[in-house]
Amino acid sequence: MGYSIALAGNPNCGKTTLFNSLTGSKQYVGNWPGVTVEKKSGDIKGTDDELVDLPGIYSLSPYSLDEVVARDYLLNGHPDTIIDIVDATNIERNLYLTTQLTELGIPVVIALNMMDLFEKSGDKLDIKKLEVLTGCPVVPVSALKNSNVDALIRVALDAAKTGGFKPLFHYSGLLQKTIDKVGALLLRDGIITENASWFAIKVMERDGRVLKKLDIPNETMGHIESITQDLERRLDDDSESIITDARYQFVTDIVDKAVIKAPDSMTMSDKIDRIVTNRWLALPIFALIMWGVYYVAVSTVGSYATTWITDVFFGQIVSGNLTAWMEAHGTAEWLISLVNDGIIGGVGSVLGFVPQIMILFCFISFLEDCGYMARVAFIMDRLFRRFGLSGKSFIPMLIGTGCSVPAIMSSRTIEDIEDRRMTIMLTPFIPCSAKLPIFAMIAGAFFPTQTWVAPSMYFVGIGMVILSGIILKKFPFFAGVPAPFVMELPKYHMPSFRSIALHVWDRSKAFIIKAGTVIFIGCTIIWFLENLNWQMAFVEPAESILASIGGFIAPLFLPLGFGNWQSTVAVLSGILAKENVVATFGILYGVADATENTGAVASQISQLFTPVGAYAFMVFNLLASPCVASIATMYRELGGWKWTLRAIGFQTGMAYLMAFLVNQIGSALFYDQGTVTAVVIAVVLAALLLWLLISDYHGGKTNLTYKETDL
Amino acid sequence: MTLNEVPVGKSVQVEKINCQGALKRRIMDMGITKGVKIYVRKIAPFGDPMELTVRGYELSIRKADAANILVADVAGSSC
Repeated sequence: MGYSIALAGNPNCGKTTLFNSLTGSKQYVGNWPGVTVEKKSGDIKGTDDELVDLPGIYSLSPYSLDEVVARDYLLNGHPDTIIDIVDATNIERNLYLTTQLTELGIPVVIALNMMDLFEKSGDKLDIKKLEVLTGCPVVPVSALKNSNVDALIRVALDAAKTGGFKPLFHYSGLLQKTIDKVGALLLRDGIITENASWFAIKVMERDGRVLKKLDIPNETMGHIESITQDLERRLDDDSESIITDARYQFVTDIVDKAVIKAPDSMTMSDKIDRIVTNRWLALPIFALIMWGVYYVAVSTVGSYATTWITDVFFGQIVSGNLTAWMEAHGTAEWLISLVNDGIIGGVGSVLGFVPQIMILFCFISFLEDCGYMARVAFIMDRLFRRFGLSGKSFIPMLIGTGCSVPAIMSSRTIEDIEDRRMTIMLTPFIPCSAKLPIFAMIAGAFFPTQTWVAPSMYFVGIGMVILSGIILKKFPFFAGVPAPFVMELPKYHMPSFRSIALHVWDRSKAFIIKAGTVIFIGCTIIWFLENLNWQMAFVEPAESILASIGGFIAPLFLPLGFGNWQSTVAVLSGILAKENVVATFGILYGVADATENTGAVASQISQLFTPVGAYAFMVFNLLASPCVASIATMYRELGGWKWTLRAIGFQTGMAYLMAFLVNQIGSALFYDQGTVTAVVIAVVLAALLLWLLISDYHGGKTNLTYKETDL
Repeated sequence: MTLNEVPVGKSVQVEKINCQGALKRRIMDMGITKGVKIYVRKIAPFGDPMELTVRGYELSIRKADAANILVADVAGSSC
């Protein structure tokens, strides 16, 4: 086993690209602050030394998840060296992190990135002076052009061999004296054995995580507290700010000595930004880009490719040849049906989304890498914050009109975990393309002249996103820790083809494998339920297990206006894929190709509901639990069943509630039917929703408490 | 005055940061410390957040958060 080297640096400093150059492994490259959340590692090229990629961080404070992950690894993972990537074009803020890294007692090597861009601006930097002032070896590299990377590896391994590190970094008189005093106290009482100044600073900053870990006796703590308070009184600020201030002063001093600044000039990035986030042009440009992405990925190229894969590739080539082959080999008819209708039909229709996903992620990773996504958040933040989401939630919602699966996946660009969860929970409310046939069928059957009915589903969907956003923020799950929106707007740059290709491949592969396996099992199970009865004999769908389950569950939907087993089975089959809702009616009424030939089905289903019940049926299908492909994606992106089940429960609960309100209030208004009790319940529920919407209740917490992150 | 009141295109100097805890630390971690120069570059189309140039890079911050930052004209005269 060789050495272990940690790669640290600010977001957008080219860290992931350098990680790829150093290890040659596949990695995702983004331009969004905090894209790398999980720990990634790889072997350094040609050695058995390990390189660990830390999340992109600005500081080692205890307030962000990424920062806590990084410092926990640096303290407990005992790396032999830290490679600290410093973006030369943004040297002050990057060196600020360096001042914190050098305190950990681990050798630090500075990899000075983006020197080419830096020199282009006319600024000059004295590398020798920077080495002397920071006490760290400095190696200029270009992560993008892969230059000088071997030299960096050599210097880093040398530093690891030598070991031990004394930072040159010193604070001004009084602060340094106080730190030394606290450090000596901690050492004297045997609370720590090494890294005295780091621990001293953390204790003075009253860093909750460190205090908990050290478990300092009351007497020592009291002593330290009085020393710290004395310092705070004299410098008239809290200790955390005094220390942060001192670090930046130190950095400013280094930059003054080592960097000669050319007079300011407009960079290319400034020029682009002047147009792209211009007060008047920003929104039209944004709308145009989003329309372009949607047009190409969802409605034209993507949709042709999806239709071709589903209908021609799986429908004719795979299914046709396989059927012929199975028939030739005397395969049982039920097995042919299972393979064709169950597995190929289900899995095929999901894999059909792969081209859409690939095109979409081509665009998304380009927009992310080039720096535009941060601007989207900047432009849209005000609007989305009004209903509890962040500016970054816009993109998933837009993609959701095509399909929830890529929409949920695109929510990864949201760095705040609560905003991300909420976006994932609410995105399926937006009517996806698979839900459109349901609306077309119902609207055609019940509301042939009212053209507003089908499009009204979009407004119901958007309305529910807004309503839920406002209400959910008032519950403790989401009311807790609003992330401060203090966000870097990285410089625009042209992303490399390689990083986009890697990104698209990573996402598509994950989709095919993860969603594919779940869908495969789901399709098989539903097919059996639809074709077998309880005696395990093959029967028509009307006598199947699914139908009897449908009949059993049906009373549950009675208050919603569609308490018959047919619609219940249709709703259930919609869990597999929303297209199935219409297809199920087709099977039940023996109408082939129900998705296209909706008229024949329409005349049949008009017996099943009242128009109000039919509208409630649409609302329920719009809002209820999404299809298995989306559930599988939610599971993946929410990181487990706990939040996935919460999300499904919330969606289905909201669907039930809304359909109930539509049916009960609608029936009372238009048909003068419905019991008094049901109407009273509906009115009370509606009032409760309204109250939640406008009340100031915040889940028992005030809205502006920022606290240490829970890991 | 506070940072959220500074008109677009004006440079100011930070005098004091009034908030506490995570927000203050985050603001300071991003380089907004006492004495630093801030140029107010623009305001987002919907009127919030604002875009600043600090220590040579672009930073966006909500007006509500910027209201915690006390600033003065670059010359040093408080207002």
